[in-house]
Amino acid sequence: MTGVEHYLSIFTKAVFIENIVLAYFLGLCSFLAISKKIDASVGIGLAVIVVLTITAPINWFLWEFLLDKGALVWISQDFKDTDLGFLKLIVFISVIAAMVQLVEMFMERFSQSLYNSLGIFLPLIAVNCSILGGSLFMVEREYTISETVVYGFGSGVGFFLAIVALASIRYRIRYSNIPPRLRGVGMAMLLTGLLSMAFMAFSGIDL
Amino acid sequence: MELFNSESKKIVSDPINVNNPISLQVLGICSALAVTIRLDQAIIMTLAVVFVLCSSNVILSLIRNYIPTRVRIVIMLSVIASLVSVVDELLKAYLYDMSKQLSVFVGLIITNCIIMGRAEAFALKHGPSKAFLDGLGNSMGYGLIIIVVSFFRELFGAGTITLPDGGAGYVLWRIPESWYAAGYENIGLLVLSPGAFIILGLVIWIQREFAGVEEDA
Repeated sequence: MTGVEHYLSIFTKAVFIENIVLAYFLGLCSFLAISKKIDASVGIGLAVIVVLTITAPINWFLWEFLLDKGALVWISQDFKDTDLGFLKLIVFISVIAAMVQLVEMFMERFSQSLYNSLGIFLPLIAVNCSILGGSLFMVEREYTISETVVYGFGSGVGFFLAIVALASIRYRIRYSNIPPRLRGVGMAMLLTGLLSMAFMAFSGIDL
Repeated sequence: MELFNSESKKIVSDPINVNNPISLQVLGICSALAVTIRLDQAIIMTLAVVFVLCSSNVILSLIRNYIPTRVRIVIMLSVIASLVSVVDELLKAYLYDMSKQLSVFVGLIITNCIIMGRAEAFALKHGPSKAFLDGLGNSMGYGLIIIVVSFFRELFGAGTITLPDGGAGYVLWRIPESWYAAGYENIGLLVLSPGAFIILGLVIWIQREFAGVEEDA
């Protein structure tokens, strides 16, 4: 596969076939907690898209030029056996926490309206597993930099789609007669199961 | 403080039942689903979480008076990330097959909300021995749920029960061939992601029936 097609296939895969929430179970905590309201879901969905698209490439650079085995050869050949891979968790999570803080400050300065709508969700995102998961999958699948950008953005869109869909379903069933102990999270899990079954239908698509 | 008085028993037993981290506090769901395809993965994951949660609670509770409130999140994250790195390296060294199967989900213990949640809600406000008990109770409550979920997913999805050993897992029991010959079939859907969501949804329902809690939504 060449050029655009290849990136299109990574994107579609990240959004539909290997949806980060419905197939890999990442970011479920905020997914369940916030999907009670539609506007809030849209807000956190957008924030996840922004943060994932920014942090995945940054972590790619750190992995490629600092942490991977033999990544330090650009300093000197003596480092060609140095493997700092065990530091990746600490480095990635610090980058994510720092980026989230930066994005928040940036938004506050330049786009007050966006800040007002996304502001409260940004700190939550630092501990959203989908962000760290995106970086870890990027390392495990050995993506190149441009593939990483597409993958990060695609995963964000996948999260957005899933959370808005669940929020809309939960809104629809507000007045349904659900057994009292199943209400809330239990019902949300069953709905997510059905949603994930629907998304599995995409897995037949061969790209 | 007396270690085994009723108050400390309550700290341990509450999170296992009436205040279960997964079904009632709704924390740490992500990993709860991903590692429940097989029972042995769930058991190893439980041990990893017990270790990380107990140690992080104790460490953070010991230094709680020196942490400035504004930067506490970064400090919590770095303590947790160091502990998780230790677990990750230990698994790679002694249980290589298992660490391959769990792939990124060991690393994701860092962002497992149970750890941060308990640090924030409990460890930063109580002494180390209570924090340890709280960590123990919560990680066992977590373990209880994921072990139940993985037991059903593996038994009905793949037809086996696997216990952890040094290598790829020891198969304790397998549905005999004669059952398949008689028309029994595995439910393949349970191994896939929708099965995980649905089983966990049902387990949460049953657990809430036992705990007698309901939610308005």
